[in-house]
Amino acid sequence: MSEPRFAPGAQVTVATRRPACHHRAPAYIKGHTGTVERLCGIFGNPETLAHGGDGRPPQPLYRVRFAARELWGPRAERDGDTVEVEIYEHWLEAAS
Amino acid sequence: MSGGHEHGHDHDHPHPFQPDDDAGGLTEHMALVAAVRELLIEGGIYSAEDERRAIERMDARSPAAGARMVARAWVDPAYRERLLADGAAAARELGVEVGPTRLIVVADTAETKNVIVCTLCSCYPRWVLGLPPAWYKARAYRARVVVEPRAVLAEFGTQLPDGMAVRVHDSTADMRYMVLPARPEGTQDWDEEALAAIVSRDCMIGVALPRADAKAA
Repeated sequence: MSEPRFAPGAQVTVATRRPACHHRAPAYIKGHTGTVERLCGIFGNPETLAHGGDGRPPQPLYRVRFAARELWGPRAERDGDTVEVEIYEHWLEAAS
Repeated sequence: MSGGHEHGHDHDHPHPFQPDDDAGGLTEHMALVAAVRELLIEGGIYSAEDERRAIERMDARSPAAGARMVARAWVDPAYRERLLADGAAAARELGVEVGPTRLIVVADTAETKNVIVCTLCSCYPRWVLGLPPAWYKARAYRARVVVEPRAVLAEFGTQLPDGMAVRVHDSTADMRYMVLPARPEGTQDWDEEALAAIVSRDCMIGVALPRADAKAA
């Protein structure tokens, strides 16, 4: 396992893939860009743990802050509102 | 008709019964759980009484633990800092057992209101808040609070001032969350016990605000 790739403040985009297995990236953030709020730690990967696997390699887990406007567009109630979501590193890429 | 039971016709037909929650029969997974449980007990790993006591202990957890932590943070700025830095360590400091929980405490301010959800399932900080309310696990709350938190809070009777931003925290993975609400006006002279009594479960989920004029139910 390498060092965590992202530091707090990094801009990251969530992958849009839809694996058939159990995974913990909610659909509403896929394809959206947010800011790393903190590194939470390094944990077993739930995508293999949930299916009898060993969770290896473990994954850095981040909290990523999304603007409500980024997620919901005109449906967002107000500018400045945010949604913060825990997401594993293999779902994230540096925002282009 | 009698007994306040009115629907404008005679009782010449059976009423449909509301199905029992466990009326669906045994699913594959329920059968698997029952089989593993029997093996563990037969093998002497633990007894049925051990299991019953463990369930009783889990069900006995209550939001009083979280309320004590909030009240301490209100009167002790150094404790507040430790609570925000490491919620689980700060809980243990007050004798609140949190097991393996990684607890993130998020603090309301004059400018921000925090609220907690688990959109994927129903992750909840049970060690400090006890069992989650039914609405927390309901699809309606989980789907709506990330999109329209103000509308949801208003349905709970919580009106936010115009200038306040809402931060929704979706508990999607290994962390658990608790809201540290702002200490309400009019409680300057209160001791910790009196303060803890106005910190309800819903205040620590983030859908309600503690009020000096509200005595805990």
